Amino acid sequence: MGKKHTVSFKLNGKAVDVVVEPRELLIHTLREKLLHTGPHIGCETSHCGACTVDLDGMSVKSCTVLTVQCQDSDVLTIEGFEQGGALHALQQSFSEQHGLQCGYCTPGMVTRAYRLLKENPDPSEEEIRYWMAGNLCRCTGYQNIVKAVQHAAKKLAAAVPNRAA
Amino acid sequence: MPDDKSALERATNLQGMGASRLRKEDARFIRGRGTYVDDIKLPGMLFGAMVRSPYAHARIKSINKAKALAVPGVVAVLTADDLKPVKLHWMPTLGGDVQAVLADKKVCFQMQEVAMVIASDRYAAADGAEQVEVDYEELPAIVDPRLSMAKDAPIIREDIADKDNVSHGPRTHPNHIFTWEAGDKAATDAAFAGAEVVVREEILNPRVHPCPLETCGCVASFDKVTGQLTVYMTSQAPHLVRTVVAMLSGIPESKIRIVGGDIGGGFGNKVPVYPGYVVAIVASIVTGVPIKWIESRIDNISTTGFARDYHGVGELAADKDGRIKALRFTALADHGAFNSHVSATKLPAGLFSICTGSYAIPKAYCRVDAVYTNKAPGGVAYRCSLRVTEAVYLIERMMDVLAQKLGIDKAEIRRRNFVRAEQFPYTTALGWTLDSGSYHAALEKVLKAVDYDGLRREQAEKRAKGELMGIGISTFTEIVGAGPTKVCDILGIGLFDSCDIRVNPTGSAIARLGTMSQGQGHATTYAQIIATELGLSSDEIQIEEGDTDKAPYGAGTWGSRSTPVGGAAAAMAARKIRAKAQKIAAHLLEVGEGDLEWEVDRFKVKGNPSQAKTMKEIAMAAHTSNLPDGMEKGLDATEYYDPPNMTFPFGAYVCVVDVDRFTGESKVRRFYALDDCGTRINPMIIEGQIHGGLTEAFAVAFGQAIPFDENGNHLGNSLMDYFLPTAVETPHWETDHTVTPSPHHPIGAKGVAESPHVGGIPCFSNAVIDAFAHLGVTHMDMPHTSYRVWQQCKASGVNKR
Repeated sequence: MGKKHTVSFKLNGKAVDVVVEPRELLIHTLREKLLHTGPHIGCETSHCGACTVDLDGMSVKSCTVLTVQCQDSDVLTIEGFEQGGALHALQQSFSEQHGLQCGYCTPGMVTRAYRLLKENPDPSEEEIRYWMAGNLCRCTGYQNIVKAVQHAAKKLAAAVPNRAA
Repeated sequence: MPDDKSALERATNLQGMGASRLRKEDARFIRGRGTYVDDIKLPGMLFGAMVRSPYAHARIKSINKAKALAVPGVVAVLTADDLKPVKLHWMPTLGGDVQAVLADKKVCFQMQEVAMVIASDRYAAADGAEQVEVDYEELPAIVDPRLSMAKDAPIIREDIADKDNVSHGPRTHPNHIFTWEAGDKAATDAAFAGAEVVVREEILNPRVHPCPLETCGCVASFDKVTGQLTVYMTSQAPHLVRTVVAMLSGIPESKIRIVGGDIGGGFGNKVPVYPGYVVAIVASIVTGVPIKWIESRIDNISTTGFARDYHGVGELAADKDGRIKALRFTALADHGAFNSHVSATKLPAGLFSICTGSYAIPKAYCRVDAVYTNKAPGGVAYRCSLRVTEAVYLIERMMDVLAQKLGIDKAEIRRRNFVRAEQFPYTTALGWTLDSGSYHAALEKVLKAVDYDGLRREQAEKRAKGELMGIGISTFTEIVGAGPTKVCDILGIGLFDSCDIRVNPTGSAIARLGTMSQGQGHATTYAQIIATELGLSSDEIQIEEGDTDKAPYGAGTWGSRSTPVGGAAAAMAARKIRAKAQKIAAHLLEVGEGDLEWEVDRFKVKGNPSQAKTMKEIAMAAHTSNLPDGMEKGLDATEYYDPPNMTFPFGAYVCVVDVDRFTGESKVRRFYALDDCGTRINPMIIEGQIHGGLTEAFAVAFGQAIPFDENGNHLGNSLMDYFLPTAVETPHWETDHTVTPSPHHPIGAKGVAESPHVGGIPCFSNAVIDAFAHLGVTHMDMPHTSYRVWQQCKASGVNKR
């Protein structure tokens, strides 16, 4: 046990303050203190990716990040994807392409795919498979997850000119 | 007024059976709004952490809680002595044995539950668990089941050492659990004695773990004022758990509520009742506040729900043309330290006797000897009905062994032995009646799709150049849908299932079932069945499962039983409603019931189709005074469905692998899977299930195993070591189907989700071994890791440049 610290960061665009022990992991702060239970815990060893969140523009596994490391950070979780009642293209595509079954890996998968498409808006199947390899799924065999990411990439590409216009 | 769209258009709008409609459950999951057990947070809730044994076999000399109790936030430390006054330090298992809830003077496997620390949060609980001092006296451990019944073997279970029967017949050694056999031994032995050709192979199904992405856990909440116990729990079978908890605790079953919620994958891991659940329940009863217990991944792989560990011997007797005359399969089953494996009471080796597969084999005998070892208890069915993977693996491997012995092509040997389409229903030599099948057609369709002859030519060319290419075939028959209550019960409760449908006045409906989805999409597929049966839109049919206060009693979801049993219950309940609706329609139209015919969503008068009443109109009428004399109001029905037989889905798979003879790496170049699960409810969901099952089969065949050292220490129980394929390793899957409906199922459907796992594993093995067949190799045990395959390359002398 250590002295508690107040940590301030942005969670899905909103400022939050939490009081945590230095050893507290981000996944526990998100799930238990901030009641964002979208990111899940699957392994505690950063293998499965169920806890993936986007931290300052990077995909991270929040089971191996200390909350005190997040001072002044920008954290995006699955709860931040739906904007003004409209689902993100990735959320739509995972459903439309049947890229989920039990749903446990889905928040991490969508969050990881979001960063993938930011960095590589038109990925090949092989690139998707490599770039998503940090996220495990036991239900789907990945084939429809790959399709969902490709499908979302197309939707996002089609939407870009409109947004610019 | 009924709408006048065409029948086809109306049928399409229902989004009923056969439609690849999108899943209803996705809406919450894609938003991160599922409710899994670790998401539950109740006021005043405390957290429990397990103290586990570092030894596989040891006496507990003392447990000192003092330091743990001094840790800030720690509220209590529970040991077996604390559970004794309420007689909950031992519990009955689903395998007819007893299991220590917390170790009672002795530990029998590494990571066994010794104490639970209850604290304000998970950090304090973990701190406390580290401070519990346990003094052990180590004992010699048995790790290899082949040594369990040696004369001087240490006795693992002193608590039952003097019992000559642990629920499944006489025991011959203190470490013996049961011996089970089926078939005609004498006739089989005689057929072997007179056979032209006999083949024999020792075949291991290693110890593996289903490893769903969500581990097991619960939140137990006992209300001291009302005496109500609510347990939110990762359970594939909530009603069976409720009954077990009632038997254990003495709390009336009516005051126990088990809530399944959303479950992050099960694959068999979440069928049994585990010590963690029981201790959490006791802790809640003692403290009066809710207690959460959640496994870590290491706890999960180490202690709950291992599968397989079957050391098999396969033997086939045949004539020179490869026509099989007899089969003899035996297995030594390692059940670990307690027989907590999930089996129907009368079937201690599960459905192992399906091991005659898709073949017409006149004589057969099988036998399973189960023993204790100092390993974790369990023996769940990992994405299969119990012991079906083991059985199918044996027969599909032995078909290849026989083909190689006789120099017959591996597709041809199957053709020569298949049960022919006109022989169904076909009763096997081991007593199962296969309901329907079309094995030749399925195989030929697949061979054509992959250009099998071309693949064999390519293989011959590669072999000539010294390269290794393997072609695996698996033509399996699965057995799913436990089951007929005359054969199948657990704790005396028959394995029927149930559905309760209530149609609302405005024509929407809610249905509740005794099964429990863990990702299979029941909220979607059951709604589709009911939509077609009742002519109501599947969009407006709500499905609920898993809350025992709401759903009728059922045995849950495992063994691909949801469609065969729960789906049948849904169809039958809907038909009861339709029968009542027909009476109401006749009354409203002032005609006889026999004058009406059903069309998609309505009853219409024969010969006068403009005279019709839709189900929606009937639903409203059922809630008015305008009903036939004496008829009850409402439009509800409940069905408890006891299946007359199991269902027998089948498939034909082909796998092509390229093996690097210098590194041992096996690359799955192609995998073509044809599945026949009878009537198809939602093709999109079926395909998703097949992708997932094949991926789990790939994992088992190529990497999964739980190894131990000679002292019973785990050598790989985290995701660092235990193989879960990523998107990179996972092959691309090609799927196909034929449709051979089950004749005894109300909608002709069979189960599907386990077929790809059961049929996939031998297909991968057959492909890898086929790559070495020309070198005289007849078998290699799983998992086919690069290192092990490289060892075979070395042994066969093909790794030299």
